Amino acid sequence: MFSSFMINTWIAATAIAFVAAFIGFFVVVRRSAFAAHALPLGAFPGAAAANLLGIDPLIGLLVFVGMGVLLLRQLVRMGRRDVGTGLVLVLFLGVGALLLSMTSAYAPAVFSLLFGEVLGVSDADLWPILGICALVVTGIALYFRPLLLDSTFPDLAALQGIRAARMDLVFLTLLALVTATALPVVGAFLVFTLLVGPPAAAQALSGNPMRVLVLSVVFAEGCIWSAIALSYWTNWPIGFFVGTIGAGLFTVARSYRHWNQRQRNFVVL
Amino acid sequence: MWNLWMLLKNSGFFASGPVQTALIVGTCAALVSAVIGVFTILRGDAFAGHALADVSSAGGAASFLLGINPLLGFLGMAWIAAFGMEFLGVRKVRERDLATGIVLGAGLGLSALFLYLDVTTTSTTGAAVSVMFGSMFSIPQSLIGPALTASAGVFLLVGLLYRPMMLTAVDPDLAAARGIPLRWIGLLQLLALGLAVAVCALAIGAVLATALLIGPAGAAIRLSRRPAQAICWAIAIGLTAVWGGIWMAYESYYWFSGNAWPVSFFVVTLVFLFYLAAVLVAKVAGLSARSKPVSWPHCEV
Repeated sequence: MFSSFMINTWIAATAIAFVAAFIGFFVVVRRSAFAAHALPLGAFPGAAAANLLGIDPLIGLLVFVGMGVLLLRQLVRMGRRDVGTGLVLVLFLGVGALLLSMTSAYAPAVFSLLFGEVLGVSDADLWPILGICALVVTGIALYFRPLLLDSTFPDLAALQGIRAARMDLVFLTLLALVTATALPVVGAFLVFTLLVGPPAAAQALSGNPMRVLVLSVVFAEGCIWSAIALSYWTNWPIGFFVGTIGAGLFTVARSYRHWNQRQRNFVVL
Repeated sequence: MWNLWMLLKNSGFFASGPVQTALIVGTCAALVSAVIGVFTILRGDAFAGHALADVSSAGGAASFLLGINPLLGFLGMAWIAAFGMEFLGVRKVRERDLATGIVLGAGLGLSALFLYLDVTTTSTTGAAVSVMFGSMFSIPQSLIGPALTASAGVFLLVGLLYRPMMLTAVDPDLAAARGIPLRWIGLLQLLALGLAVAVCALAIGAVLATALLIGPAGAAIRLSRRPAQAICWAIAIGLTAVWGGIWMAYESYYWFSGNAWPVSFFVVTLVFLFYLAAVLVAKVAGLSARSKPVSWPHCEV
C-alpha cells in the first residue's frame, strides 16, 4: 500500500484534504453546499475537452471551472440562487455528455472522472496539485477574517466595509481551485462530499471557529486516508468510501450532540 | 406549418420505434416535472429536487445489477433519499442545505459502488453513461406503461392536494394557521417529487433530470405570478424543449454526417435558452419585480 507508485497519491490526497477542509468550513458556514456541488460538475466537461484536444486535463478543468464561476455569478444575479446554480450545473453536464459522446474515451475512464481513481497521480501531476494547494492556503490566510465575518455576520461585515460581492467571488475562486485539483483524484461527484461531510461533522461538535477548523482538517484527512486504504484493499471505487465515511461522520457527530443535549450537560468542545 | 409537418412525416421521424417511445416517455417527464417543479421552486427546494435526482442514480445502477425495472430502481432510491432528508431535518431552514448535502454525498457514494459492480460483474459497460446522462432512444418499449403509471400518480397527488400544497409552498405560516398538517403535506410533496424525478431520470438521465425539474418551472415563475398560469407556462416550455431536443438529436445524425449528438444535450441546452429568454422577457415587461431570491440571504451576490 505504501509502495513507490502509491506515494504520490498519498501526498496529493493529504494536500487536497487539507485545503478541502478549509474551504469546506466556509461552504458549511455559508450554506453553499449546492454551489460546492455544482462547480465540480461544471469542471467535469473540462477533462473531456482536454482529452479531445490532447492537452493537460488540469488546464481543461481550470478553464471550465472558471467559466462555471462566471456563469454562476451571472445567473445568480438574474434570479433565484438555487435555480441559477442548478441550471449552470445541468448546462455544463449536458456539454460534458456531448463531449463524452464525441471522444473515444472508454467507459472506465468516464467512471474514474466521475467517481475517482486512486492510482491516477504521476510525478508530473503532483507539482501542479501542490502548487495550487499552496495558492489556496495563501488565499485563505489573506482573506480568512473578512471571509469569516462576511459568512457569519454579513451585516457587521458590511458595516466594516467588507463587500459581500467581493467575498463571494473570493470564496468561489478558492472553491474552484480546490475543485480542479481534487477532481482527478476523488472524482467530480465526490469532491463535494469531501468538502461538506467532515466540516459539517466538525461543526456539529463545536461552536468555536478555530476548533471547528482543526476538527475539519482531522476528519477530512481521516476520511481520505481510510478511503484510499479501503479502496486499495477492496478495489471498490474510492468515491464510495469518501461518501459513506463523510455521511457516517456527520451522523455520528449529530447523534453525539443530540445525546449530550439530552443529558443536559452539553460539553462544547 | 404544413410544410414542417410534411417534412417531419416524410423524414421517417415518427415512423421510428425508438423515437415514438422517446416521445411518449419524454412527454410524461416534461408534464410531471413542470407541475411538480413549480411547487419545488416556490418552496425553495431546488437543491433538494436536484439531490433526489442525483441519488436516484444509485437506484438506476442497482437495477442494472439486479435486473429489475430501472424506473423502480430510480423511484425506490429517490424515495429512500426523501425520507433520509426528512429525517435529518430538511424542514428547518438552517439545517436544510447541510442535510440535503449529506444525503446527496452518501447517495452518490452508493451510486459509485453500484456502477462499479455493474461494470465488473455484468457486461453493462455503458451503464455509467446511460444512468447518469440518459439515452432516450434506447428506452425499451416495455417501460412506457410504468412511466405512464408513475406520471398518473403525480397528477393524482397534485390534483387531490393542489390547494393545501400551494398554500404550504407559498406561505407555510399561513398554512399552519389554517390547520394544514405541514409535515404530511411536505412528505406527500416529496413522494410526488420522487415519482417525477424517476420519470425524468429515465428520460434524460439522473444528473440531468434537474434540468427538466427546475428549468421550465424557473422560467415559468418569471413569466407569471399566478401559480396555475405558471404551471401552464412550465408545461409549454418543458414540452417544447423535450420534443425539440428529440427532433434535433434525430436530425443531428444527418447534420454531423453520421455522428448523432445525445438527446440530453439538446434538451438541457434548450431548457437553458428558454430560461434566459424568460428572464429577458420578464425584465423587459417588468414582471419579476416581486420574485426576489428567498434562501441564503447572507451570500447574495
